[in-house]
Amino acid sequence: MLRIACPYCGERDEVEFTFGGTSHVARPSEEVDDATWAEYLFVRDNPVGAHFERWLHAYGCGRWFNVARDTLTHEILKVYLMGDPKPELSRT
Amino acid sequence: MSRSGAGAYRLPKGGTVDRDAPISFELNGKRYRGYAGDTLASALLANGVRTIGRSFKFHRPRGVFACGVEETGALVQLHDGARGIPTARAPLVELTEGLRARSQAGWPSVNFDLGRVLDLFSPLWAAGFYNKTFIWPSWHTYEPVIRRLAGLGRVPPERDPDRYETGNLHCDVLIVGGGRAGLEAALEAGRAGARVVLVEQHHELGGEALWAQQAPEGMPLHESSASTASRLRTRLTAEGAAPQEWPASAASRLDAGRTAEVIPAQAWLARTMAQLRALPDVRILTRTTATGCYDHNVITLLERSPPSGSAGASARERYWIVRARRVVLATGAIEQPLIFANNDRPGIMLAGAARQYLRRYAVAFGSRPLIATNNDSAYLLAKDLREAGVRVLGIADTRREISDEVRALVRALSIELFTGCIPIDTRGPGSVRRVWLGELSQDASGITRKHAVDCDSLAVSGGFAPALQLYAQAGGKLIYDGTSGALIPATPGASSPAARRSAIDIVGMAASRVPIGPRISPVGKSSRKWVDFLHDVTVADIELALRENYTSVEHVKRYTTLGMAADQGKTSAAASLEIIARLRGVRAAELGHTTMRPPFVPVTLGAIAGRDVGERFAPQRLLPIHDWHVANGAVMHDFGEWRRPVVYLRPGETREQGMIREATAVRNAAGLFDGSPLGKIEVHGPDARDFLDRFYINDLSTLQPLRARYGLMLRESGAIFDDGTVVMLDANRFLVTTTSGNASRVAQWLEEWRQCEWPNLRVAIVPVTEQWATVSLAGPRARDILAKLESDIDLSGSAFPHLSMREGTLLGTPARIYRVSFTGELTYEINVPAKRAQTLWDALLAAGTPLGLQPLGLDALLLMRLEKGFLHVGTDTDGTTVPNDVGWGKVAASKRRDYIGKRSLRLPENLRADRLQLVGLTAEQGTSFVVGSHLRTADSTEVTDGWITSAGTSVASRAPIALAMLRAGRERIGSEVDLYDAGVLQGRARVVQPPFFDPTGARMNA
Repeated sequence: MLRIACPYCGERDEVEFTFGGTSHVARPSEEVDDATWAEYLFVRDNPVGAHFERWLHAYGCGRWFNVARDTLTHEILKVYLMGDPKPELSRT
Repeated sequence: MSRSGAGAYRLPKGGTVDRDAPISFELNGKRYRGYAGDTLASALLANGVRTIGRSFKFHRPRGVFACGVEETGALVQLHDGARGIPTARAPLVELTEGLRARSQAGWPSVNFDLGRVLDLFSPLWAAGFYNKTFIWPSWHTYEPVIRRLAGLGRVPPERDPDRYETGNLHCDVLIVGGGRAGLEAALEAGRAGARVVLVEQHHELGGEALWAQQAPEGMPLHESSASTASRLRTRLTAEGAAPQEWPASAASRLDAGRTAEVIPAQAWLARTMAQLRALPDVRILTRTTATGCYDHNVITLLERSPPSGSAGASARERYWIVRARRVVLATGAIEQPLIFANNDRPGIMLAGAARQYLRRYAVAFGSRPLIATNNDSAYLLAKDLREAGVRVLGIADTRREISDEVRALVRALSIELFTGCIPIDTRGPGSVRRVWLGELSQDASGITRKHAVDCDSLAVSGGFAPALQLYAQAGGKLIYDGTSGALIPATPGASSPAARRSAIDIVGMAASRVPIGPRISPVGKSSRKWVDFLHDVTVADIELALRENYTSVEHVKRYTTLGMAADQGKTSAAASLEIIARLRGVRAAELGHTTMRPPFVPVTLGAIAGRDVGERFAPQRLLPIHDWHVANGAVMHDFGEWRRPVVYLRPGETREQGMIREATAVRNAAGLFDGSPLGKIEVHGPDARDFLDRFYINDLSTLQPLRARYGLMLRESGAIFDDGTVVMLDANRFLVTTTSGNASRVAQWLEEWRQCEWPNLRVAIVPVTEQWATVSLAGPRARDILAKLESDIDLSGSAFPHLSMREGTLLGTPARIYRVSFTGELTYEINVPAKRAQTLWDALLAAGTPLGLQPLGLDALLLMRLEKGFLHVGTDTDGTTVPNDVGWGKVAASKRRDYIGKRSLRLPENLRADRLQLVGLTAEQGTSFVVGSHLRTADSTEVTDGWITSAGTSVASRAPIALAMLRAGRERIGSEVDLYDAGVLQGRARVVQPPFFDPTGARMNA
């Protein structure tokens, strides 16, 4: 079980949160071709290491925010606000 | 040896049992006596009971093998009836007066087991035998018989009457293991001011100190705790969990204590306990096993209550979820067996266990014991046995080189020593009576000669495997260490993945790095050399797996079931790696190891559930007038979290009859439906219209104040997500309704887009489902009935038409009334504050009953909506249905602005002509439409052309009607299809265009 530090409430159990998938996915205009739209709909990176994703503190403040999480170790590398740019991570 | 009192094998003195407190207990109906302080295992051993269970596959007799969680032989069914516990490990069962245990397998009795005949045919029962043999017609034909034959425990069929609890703990340091290393770590952390929780799986703290002679004992039991202390101190200080001022004396005192000071173990334990008790923030849980180590230092614990506690008053078991800043594993090691033919007989026991029974419980595991070992530890058993007056027949050591210190000890004890010897076979019948020792050749690949020793018991030690299951669960990498023949951390210390990620320290592990000699007999039938005692996996099974090319350790595990029994390979994992490596001609360290997963010991499911059982299983949402429904004949069913009336039964009625009566009443007069779970969301703000218009396929830009518009909401994939109405109150306020089941999902969906995608829109989303009760008054007399209630709302058809909404007062209460219909009848959907629901309901019933009004349940409501062919999202649609499939294609395509899911509707898949489309079906009277029945025709090219999604019998015509998703369905209106249920032809149906009733909608528009 992850322990996630909600930027509004503090560290809480994963069960209070809802996972919302990859962050920073721009929604294309409806003018794009089928392949571009399908890419937006279905294709996500599956990195080993840092993954930028959004979480909802569903059983808490009800706010969405971003998390950078290591998919291999589940280490939470950074928590940042919705709308903030994708952070540069300095890994040691 | 005393022949009186609690057992013939009880020593006249010694141990920590209370000889003034005799206890009587039963195994298989036979009475025995033990003492307070005994475990079931020690008491049975004291009584000379050798055969306690039968093995899983071959029904081999098995007895006490170990003295802890790793027990593989003495597994019993405990207690009777609903409180029964299967697969209880006798060494962990504290003896209590009247305790009743039964052997788990063996018919008609454990000593005369007919299933034993299976052992005669054991060559047939090799790994993979089931998979290869019981394949016709299917495994399920044989499974019940095979399961009955297997030596498995029995789960009581009755409901468990005991209470279980779950709890949460937070601490700075969680210490797993209450032996010496754990207690010293607790002392250090506690003195540093840390909040400490220490757990110990046995009922007493102390570990070896409970029965060892001295601390330290002379054997290299633990790594220096000074390093433990300083490591902990550094970490805790760095993390601010400890005061900067570390007690200066602590580490130095520990150093002194470890290297120089030799005191009796019990004295050390008493002193340490007193010091721990003086610390304010050290919490100690005994009878508590750490079962799992999860991400971010979340550890689960299973705590058992004392056995004699007042039953019912407290929980039988507690499941704790701990969040710890640091975890210290002081879990010690598990002794490993030697592998030789017939090494599973009763009377063969791990040497450390034998020693523990001797010293702690004053029980000799035999009267003429032989000892076989590949390391130094078992010599302490010889010494203790000698001191207890038990004659040891000899010690076989598989090593040729033995230290002078050990040789001197053996000489002093006058015990015969067979160096370079390993047991190669044993003979019974049943319990061990003879052991053949083989002298190993120089490279241990064969034997040069053998001789027999007639004995009544055999203690074996094949080395020690550190209990690192939790470490591995946390992501720590283990590697096979050839010196100790066990898995140890690949990168010990602070740099290991587990230490970095989960802040885990291991203390006291040096104990287990005991160098070992050979442990596998090079001769004897490999089909008789047990590796996994609990699952009856032998060396031959591993050989077979490798011959059949299952070479990876994970494949060997699954093919042979090695390590998959209740003990999860605690005494078999290490040896199996050595065997696989040898057969493959590689180094064991190259093999890796099977993944270790929680739980470390079997966990009672009831403990995980805790008190969330029965009524507390899931939160329940009750309608505002729930009690009225129940008191008035409502049959209540669960729909998601809600309990809702499906029908209000009158005396003597069936559910079907009640449904038809209610539907008839609505068609002829009126019905009153409690629709309070209907999802209700208010959307406020200057951008509310713009915001909502991005979600619906329907154009909201033209929506007028106080008008309602039906709308479909899509996922971005184009699939239909939900439907409902949008009402405009004024430019800044909109009311959205959703299906009952999706109320919170839709609110969350709107929020996600508002917060993540369009944060600049000035919108607030307010879910108000529970605030407003919703009462639907439907039927041709609805207007007449509502008109009898005091209100400021004009109900006439011209002033208040279908698909509009009015706000006003009703019975002096604020009310929002919608004209929308799910039954096809004139309907007022009345929303009032939830606490006013009963008043409204009573008033409407009082006004309407004389006109034929009846309460209406969900059964009749859904039947009437089927007659009208109205879409029921989630029933008629699934996660692939797009608007065009259900007849909303033109609306979706004609809306100019972008909305969620719009672009997806133009993807080729969603434009295919042969998609499933919603149609109606009718059939001859007597045909039975069943939801899920498949539709085909003789010339269908696909396995199925679709299926029935909703079915019933029309109230109006008494004919069978259905909605179905049919391939290219709209083109097929007027044709016929065949109905198949479970592959059998059921009849024919005609494809029609719904609705089945009032096609012009005159009734609901009235």
